[in-house]
Amino acid sequence: MAQFTLPANSKIEMGRTFPAPEGASRTRKFRIYRWDPDTDDNPRIDTFEIDLDRTGPMVLDAIIHIKNEVDPTLTFRRSCREGICGSCSMNVNGRNTLACISAIEDYKGDVNIYPLPHMEVHKDLVPDMTHFYAQHASVEPWIKTQSPTPPDRERLQSKEEREKLDGLYECILCACCSTACPSYWWNPEKYLGPATLLNAYRWIADSRDEATGERLDALNDPFKLYRCHTIMNCADSCPKGLNPAKAIGEVKKLLVERRG
Amino acid sequence: MGLRTPLSAARGLGSAKEGVDHWWKQRLTAIALVPLLLWFGFSVALLGTADYYTVVGWLAHPVNAGLMILVLAVGIWHGVLGLQVVIEDYIATEWKKIMVLLLVQFAAVILALAGILAVLRIALGV
Repeated sequence: MAQFTLPANSKIEMGRTFPAPEGASRTRKFRIYRWDPDTDDNPRIDTFEIDLDRTGPMVLDAIIHIKNEVDPTLTFRRSCREGICGSCSMNVNGRNTLACISAIEDYKGDVNIYPLPHMEVHKDLVPDMTHFYAQHASVEPWIKTQSPTPPDRERLQSKEEREKLDGLYECILCACCSTACPSYWWNPEKYLGPATLLNAYRWIADSRDEATGERLDALNDPFKLYRCHTIMNCADSCPKGLNPAKAIGEVKKLLVERRG
Repeated sequence: MGLRTPLSAARGLGSAKEGVDHWWKQRLTAIALVPLLLWFGFSVALLGTADYYTVVGWLAHPVNAGLMILVLAVGIWHGVLGLQVVIEDYIATEWKKIMVLLLVQFAAVILALAGILAVLRIALGV
């Protein structure tokens, strides 16, 4: 059966508290999930009271501030700090998002930060993305053609054909959507999840691609595709404002359409 | 613990090349159930105070009997398709999943047959 309770060694305990520095006037509490694979300790929630006048406006700024000034052992991924690399995806106050484009002032009260839900954790806020990336690779997210490339130019696309890729190509594979999806929580081994399915549709919708039927064949499966029950957490959590559920719906429509 | 590559694990046994049928039939039966259940609901409401013989007489009419058989068949079919999704979602152990699926399908067939035979008995006056 699906597992609804945490195993004993995953139960979260109260951790340490780091008070705000002397003289801080604008403070905010950041409660952050911590887990260290090198100890036998259970995961814990550490509380960091931060002086907002000494950090940037985004949640990621606060986390970087904590790592630099308070606790250098805090572990997380980040790179571009402008919402294009997808590294700093995490769960902030119950919603998956990119920490770098989430403003602290948009959250009322304490800011609770956890790693992406239902992923194995390497350390603190760093989840294991191996299977997620392998699923993405399994849909062969590259152009597949039989016709050779024209010798004198690139493969052309009309404006209308190109527009069909809007809302698809912007995906940065941060995994906010897939890890917010209950169907993905229950069957991550077999269900491809919203991010991978959106990327699969991105190539199905591409007018230059010549493997559409093959791609639809690969998705026509009770688990790979049809675990999507339009719960819509994917669209709700996507920090880029994309709608993976709509892309999945388009795939389902095409599968019905080709039955004739 | 095995040493297969992440891509091999992600591909698994590949696509079953089916699933669209189940999905499409669930939608079709859902649409069919809208008028059927409206008819059923209105009929039950109208017959609510009628006596036994009136109800049996009503059900013996070929149109009513036919619609009642459709309510039973389409409703139970739709229910089985829906329950199958729930079972596949939540029961991860393969043998348990197959057992529960078979139980549900057997129960549904018996339920449908019993219901349809009951209607036929009244309709044919056997």
